[in-house]
Amino acid sequence: MTLTHGLGQDDLVAYDDVLASYDPVMGLEVHVELGTATKMFCGCATAFGAEPNTQVCPVCLGLPGALPVVNEVAVESAIRIGLALHCSVMPWSRFARKNYFYPDMPKNFQTSQYDEPIVHDGHLDVELDDGTTFRVEIERAHMEEDTGKSLHIGGATGRIHGADYSLVDYNRAGIPLVEIVTKPIRGAGERAPEVARAFVTQLRDLLKALDVSDVKMEQGSMRADVNVSLRPKAAAGEDQDAVPLGTRTETKNVNSFRSVERAVRYEMMRHAAVLSRGERILQETRHWHEDTGLTTSGRPKSDADDYRYFPEPDLVPVAPSEELVERLRGTLPEPPAQRRRRLQTEWGYSDLEMRDVLNAGAVELIEATVAAGATPAGARKWWMGEPSRRANAEAQDVVTYAAAVGVTPAHIAELEGLVTSGRLNDQLARQVLDGVLAGEGTSTAVADARGLQLVQDSGALEAAVDEVIAANPDVADKIRDGKVQAAGALIGQVMKATKGQADAGKARALILERLGQG
Amino acid sequence: MALSRDDVAHLASLARIELGEAELDRMLGELSVILDSVAKVQQAPTEGVEPMSHPMPLTNVTRPDEVRPGLSAPEALSGAPEQEQQRFLVPRILDEE
Amino acid sequence: MTTTRDLTRLSAAEMASLLSTREVSAVELTQAHLDRTAAVDGAVHSYLHVDQVGALAQAEAVDRARAAGEDLHVLAGVPVAVKDVMTTRGLPTTCGSRVLEGWIPPYDATLVTKLREAGMPILGKTNMDEFAMGSSTEHSAYGPSHNPWDLERIPGGSGGGSSSVVASFQAPLAIGTDTGGSIRQPAAVTGTVGTKPTYGGVSRYGLVALASSLDQAGPCARTVLDTALLHAVIGGHDPRDSTSIDAPVPPVVEAARRADVSGMTLGIVKQLGGEGYQPGVRARFDEAVQLLVDRGAKVVEVDCPSFDYALAAYYLILPSEASSNLAKFDAMRYGLRVGPSGVDAPSAEQVMAASREAGFGDEVKRRIILGTYALSSGYYDAYYGQAQKVRRLIADDFAKAYETADVLLSPTAPTTAFKIGEKLDDPLAMYLNDVATIPANLAGVPGMSVPSGLADEDGLPTGLQILAPATADERLYTVGAALESALHERWGGPLLAKAPELKES
Repeated sequence: MTLTHGLGQDDLVAYDDVLASYDPVMGLEVHVELGTATKMFCGCATAFGAEPNTQVCPVCLGLPGALPVVNEVAVESAIRIGLALHCSVMPWSRFARKNYFYPDMPKNFQTSQYDEPIVHDGHLDVELDDGTTFRVEIERAHMEEDTGKSLHIGGATGRIHGADYSLVDYNRAGIPLVEIVTKPIRGAGERAPEVARAFVTQLRDLLKALDVSDVKMEQGSMRADVNVSLRPKAAAGEDQDAVPLGTRTETKNVNSFRSVERAVRYEMMRHAAVLSRGERILQETRHWHEDTGLTTSGRPKSDADDYRYFPEPDLVPVAPSEELVERLRGTLPEPPAQRRRRLQTEWGYSDLEMRDVLNAGAVELIEATVAAGATPAGARKWWMGEPSRRANAEAQDVVTYAAAVGVTPAHIAELEGLVTSGRLNDQLARQVLDGVLAGEGTSTAVADARGLQLVQDSGALEAAVDEVIAANPDVADKIRDGKVQAAGALIGQVMKATKGQADAGKARALILERLGQG
Repeated sequence: MALSRDDVAHLASLARIELGEAELDRMLGELSVILDSVAKVQQAPTEGVEPMSHPMPLTNVTRPDEVRPGLSAPEALSGAPEQEQQRFLVPRILDEE
Repeated sequence: MTTTRDLTRLSAAEMASLLSTREVSAVELTQAHLDRTAAVDGAVHSYLHVDQVGALAQAEAVDRARAAGEDLHVLAGVPVAVKDVMTTRGLPTTCGSRVLEGWIPPYDATLVTKLREAGMPILGKTNMDEFAMGSSTEHSAYGPSHNPWDLERIPGGSGGGSSSVVASFQAPLAIGTDTGGSIRQPAAVTGTVGTKPTYGGVSRYGLVALASSLDQAGPCARTVLDTALLHAVIGGHDPRDSTSIDAPVPPVVEAARRADVSGMTLGIVKQLGGEGYQPGVRARFDEAVQLLVDRGAKVVEVDCPSFDYALAAYYLILPSEASSNLAKFDAMRYGLRVGPSGVDAPSAEQVMAASREAGFGDEVKRRIILGTYALSSGYYDAYYGQAQKVRRLIADDFAKAYETADVLLSPTAPTTAFKIGEKLDDPLAMYLNDVATIPANLAGVPGMSVPSGLADEDGLPTGLQILAPATADERLYTVGAALESALHERWGGPLLAKAPELKES
């Protein structure tokens, strides 16, 4: 194995051993595609999934003569993101050109912000699994534009490597991006991977609450680059921050929360392995491979990184007025952490229940389900059951899964209503939910179509009970003798006889009554 | 500031221009003369002077976030040297790995 | 009845008047110019592309509209030629470069839209130095244009196609663009008029950028009033150009008609007009200033010490911006694509480099590489950054000068038209042609060149440059028209009447 390849798990230094010798320092760069109706610098639509090259114009195609004009909402979104991250808003900022050639970048420069970003110096307090808070300092957030997308044709895998040629679609070119850059994250120690995940997750929650992006990592509307470096652990009594930083690697396009954590962990173990052999870490870009959980070498930093930034002459400076900033501040939503605490109190969830809901990403679903008439307990029970299990099995978050199969908060609220009204018991309700998840319609429609309903006719229940007692005289005797717990066997038979549609509680009461224990 | 032949070759590569050997030599000579001349800016009394990037002091020119009609795909692709599947066909992109 | 030949000699204002009284139809007028082009453009080579069908169709539409009694723009039916650096939907746009040979834009520049909306037939696209880099049109990939005063001489550049097209009566009006003098210097050496409006006064949307912070499109014509009429058509705010000034076009036509300089203070720029200026150019300049004084203007000398650094700053800022602006010509989405020789299955990177090598001329390559250098890390502060500070000093000098003078005057170009080929191998000598015009582009202020006469030593046209404060473009026209009127009086007619007749083929 050489430096240029990913080290396999066997070649790595064990995680605990890494921490015994080194202190990890991280940096995170998160790109967020804004959910504006139009692109950053032109009026082309931004809708996802359109036919290739149908959302383009002279500006975003980089045709000769075309000129950019800044999207007002994109600027406001960037400012709102900055304010939500406790950043200062620059009274005067500019766009710059970042010059490099790449076929999916129409002008061969990216219009971005360089040394004059719109917002800078803020923080996000992230809550960790053990309930403690870790402050991640924000260096800056700036506006820029996305590139087009290439399809690689030929070659073995359809990936860029070995492709014969590529086909470029510029629909994504010019989509507004905000890049959020942290300051070096020090002092996270063994929790560094968790801090990275929690930061990206809670940043996602914040952006979602701001309603500035659909923040879907799997669709690429939120992407994280992870910088990791190791420095020797300070000796006892020595200041860790007096130890100089190690060489960092930048792992690009880590596209899920879990992968952020895994990538940091992997890079820490790989760095330690390289260092333990007496080799040097190469400052380079690395690629994360979701399938193998490894990173591989991209290209080293070089002269080609001379981006020749200069102020974009086709755009004028952005100088947000104090009034605008204050107006935007007034539109900020309740901070997610505060909102979580409020909802937990309102819903009466335990810490553990709330954390499960958060980890499943089901807060908004439950909120909407409660708003649709369900009880908080019921909403949690139904969403955290089968839908979450299935979403997990498909490595999706429950929101995405629910959207994909078409199950809505209204469905779940209706389902709980059917139980509360006595039409269904939990067991039948689970069958109804199966139908809803299979796309068979609303809860009521599924129950109707499948003929699922508790036996309400007391005569029919009585008849079933009498038959079961008659068929099981031994058990009946035991119950008559006071062994009430034996009733379970009879209840099971009653349920079987009624194809599960009896109300188990009523059946139990009736059995006991018949056998003199009522 | 003396410019070397390697410098010019490097700049040409940054600018994606494949210069031939003879062209490189000629360019080196011409650029050196021009650079000597433009280096005059360094003699100007610019201490404390703010750089000027735009001739007009405008700020905050934005447009509303409203969709405007763009080009049709055939119009967009009308100048393409090669196309396939309604996309621009470009030669293989050098691998980063 | 006016003859066809006479029609092309009229001013645009006169043509507009004949059209409005229906003494001449737009089709007749357009056809007269197309005929003139067929007869002389083989020798002058003003055009890269003539659009006979499109121009006549527009002329017919205007004639129909006029017959139907519709309310038409004053210049409706007056034909115009457009520099090949402006995008024209359905008409080739090459910027004088092989890279864009055969490229037909799918959209119109805002300025072109305005010409079409005014009902002005677009005769064709005029020749230029490749991507407007040059002062002679010798850097056009399609061969140089020639000066109608002497076909062996340059018609100026980069807009030599537009200057020669009006000087040779192939069009009454033309669109130029001026990044460092490309409207004014060609006007000076061809005995015509040209204005670079205030930066932001005319939309740059659809102007294929050379240097975004310097480029400005403007009008070219044979008289000051015609220039003003065209200026009024193309000027005004454009929401597609972030650097466009959100204000009405200055009252340029009214100013050209008024032509009264009494009470105005003219500033003579100490740094522009001394050493390096041809004696005949200086003589005509001095006489012209005296004529304005005779008409009631006052003269002061103004000192603009930073102008001495203007050429150097310009030749850093321009290549820097150009190196970035021209990166889009990479053979991926439009334009020339060639593979490197002797390479099987070349990469995109190799195809880009080979195409740019094959498609760009020497001057373009020089400037791209110079700009790449000036912007590269380690050199940015010494070159680009420093040039931007000089730019500020120059703008400050202008501001100070306008505290005492209403307009500034200088010769437009240091010399009359030189011979084709004379300066082609000496880039620096070529750059010196723009020494007087460049400061205006750096500061964004408007400038005009008007004919000042013929140099004694060679009998070739000289030009006088008028510079005004930003957004006060109308002052150019006041002074330009006053001078024009005084000189016409002295000459007994326009300067172009003295130009040799071109042989019609």
